[in-house]
Amino acid sequence: MSKIILSTDIEDADIVNLRIGDIVYLSGTLVTARDAVHERLLREGRDLPFSLAGKAILHAGPIMRNLPDGTFETVSIGPTTSMRMEALEAEFIAETGVKLVIGKGGMGAKTAAACRKYRALHCVFPGGCAVLAATHVEKVESVDWLDLGMPEALWRLQVREFGPLIVSIDCAGQNLFEDKKIAYNARKAEIIKTVLTASTNKSI
Amino acid sequence: MEQTEKINVEHFTELLAKFIALLVIRLPDDVMAKLAELSQRETSPLGRVLYEAIKDDLSLAAQLKRPLCQDTGILQFTVRVGSNFPWRNKVSEVLRQAVLRATREVPLRPNAVEIFTHVNSGNNTGTRIPWIDWAVIPDRDDIYIYGYVAGGGCSLPGTAKVFMPLEGLEGVVRYIFDQITSYGINACPPLLVGVGLAGSMDVAAKLSKTALLRPIGTSNPDAATADLEQRLTDGLNALGIGPGGLGGEASVLGVHVEQAARHPATLAAAISTGCWALRRALIRLDADLNYEVLSHKGAVL
Ligand code: SF4
Repeated sequence: MSKIILSTDIEDADIVNLRIGDIVYLSGTLVTARDAVHERLLREGRDLPFSLAGKAILHAGPIMRNLPDGTFETVSIGPTTSMRMEALEAEFIAETGVKLVIGKGGMGAKTAAACRKYRALHCVFPGGCAVLAATHVEKVESVDWLDLGMPEALWRLQVREFGPLIVSIDCAGQNLFEDKKIAYNARKAEIIKTVLTASTNKSI
Repeated sequence: MEQTEKINVEHFTELLAKFIALLVIRLPDDVMAKLAELSQRETSPLGRVLYEAIKDDLSLAAQLKRPLCQDTGILQFTVRVGSNFPWRNKVSEVLRQAVLRATREVPLRPNAVEIFTHVNSGNNTGTRIPWIDWAVIPDRDDIYIYGYVAGGGCSLPGTAKVFMPLEGLEGVVRYIFDQITSYGINACPPLLVGVGLAGSMDVAAKLSKTALLRPIGTSNPDAATADLEQRLTDGLNALGIGPGGLGGEASVLGVHVEQAARHPATLAAAISTGCWALRRALIRLDADLNYEVLSHKGAVL
C-alpha cells in the first residue's frame, strides 16, 4: 500500500474513508495545543490568533531552541497524553473545525462522538519518539501565548510527512484504544488466576 | 588550596552536566538490549511500526545529540557516597549546578513547577528539586550516582496502597494488573514495572523506585520474590499491551520487586513505572574524580 499523506487544509473527503489502525502522514500546518491552550480558548473565551479550520493540532510540549536570529529550532517534540484533554476536546473540535488531533494514547467517548459529528480524526504519534518528530518539522512559523511557558505555548509549525500517525478514532467514531482496553480487560481475570495459582508463595 | 578546590568543583560540575546530557540522549545498555530483543520478537504490524519508530528516534537522538524524548522529566539522583569521599560536602550543590547547566546547554525542557504558585522555574530546579536520595557507604572514598528522569507520562501510573494481610498476594497482584491495564497503556509501554512491598506506604514507594534502578535481566536475590517477578512479567506480557499500547507480543521490559519486612498487621504495595524511554544512568567517581559510566559501557563524557 502506498503512503497516505494528508495535506492541510484537510477536507472531509480526505479522511472519511480512513479507519482505525490505518497509518497516515501529515504535511502542512501543525499547531501544538495542550492543556492550557484548550483552557484558554474554551474556559476563558479567548480567541485563537489564527484559524485552525482544516488544520491539525498536536498534544505536545516541545523543547525549542531560540536561535540568534530570533527564530526557533524544534529540538524535541513528542506527543503528550491525549486523555488529559478529553474534557474539552469535543468542544475544541466543534469550535475550531480542526481535522486532525494528534497525541499519545487514546481518547474517550466524547471525542469519538465529536469526530463522527464533525468529521475529524484522532491519531497517535509513537510516544517518546521526539527527535524523530522534530526532524519532520521544517519550520517554526510562529509562537503565540508564550506566557503559558515553553511546553504550553501555541507553536505553529510547518511539517513534512510528519508521522507515522496511527488513526485511533476515525470519522465513524470507532475507537481503537477503547477496543484494545476491552480486550486487555477481558484477558485480565484469567491471567491473574494463572499468576496466583502458579505462584508458590500465595500467602505472603 | 582554595584555587585547586575551585578547579575541582568546576570539573565535578562539568562532568555531571555531561552525565545528565548522556542520561537524556542515550538509553542505558540494558534497556537498549531489551528493546532490541522485544522488537525482534514483535509480530503485530502496528507493534513493528512502533519499534521501528523507537529505533529511528534513538539513532537520531544519538546522532543529533538531542534528548530522545521531549519530556526530560524531573531529575532525580540516588547517591551512594563513601564516607571518605573528599568532595562529599559539595555533592548537592554540584548536582544543582549541573542541572542548571544541562538545562541550558543540552537543552532540557524546563519542568519544575511549584505546588501552590504553579510557577515553572524555567531551569529544572525548585523546592527540593533536583531530588536527591542519599546513602552513606562507610570506609570508602568513592561515590556512585544514579541519574533518573521521571517523566510525566510514566510517573502518572505511580500508586501505593496498604492492604490487610489477609488480602495477601492476591490483592497486590490484582492491584498491579488494574493499574497497568488502565494507566499503564498511556505511559509509553513496554514498561519497566517497579513494585515495592513493605509494612508502610512510604517504604514501599521508595522500594518501588529502587526496583527501577536495578538492571533489566537481573532478579531479586530472594527466590520467592524472583518467582513473583517472573510470574508478573509473564502475566503482564500475556495481556499483549504492546508498544504504545497498540497491542503486541509484550507489555513490559520487566517487573522488578523489592521488599522489606512488614508489620504483622499490614502489607503495603507501591508501583512505579518507567516507560520504554527508561532514562537512567550510573556513574562512579573516585577520590580524584576519575569516572566510569557503568550504565553505558564505554561512554566518554
Ligand atoms: S512516558 Fe516516557 S517516553 Fe512517553 S512521553 Fe513520557 S517520558 Fe517520554
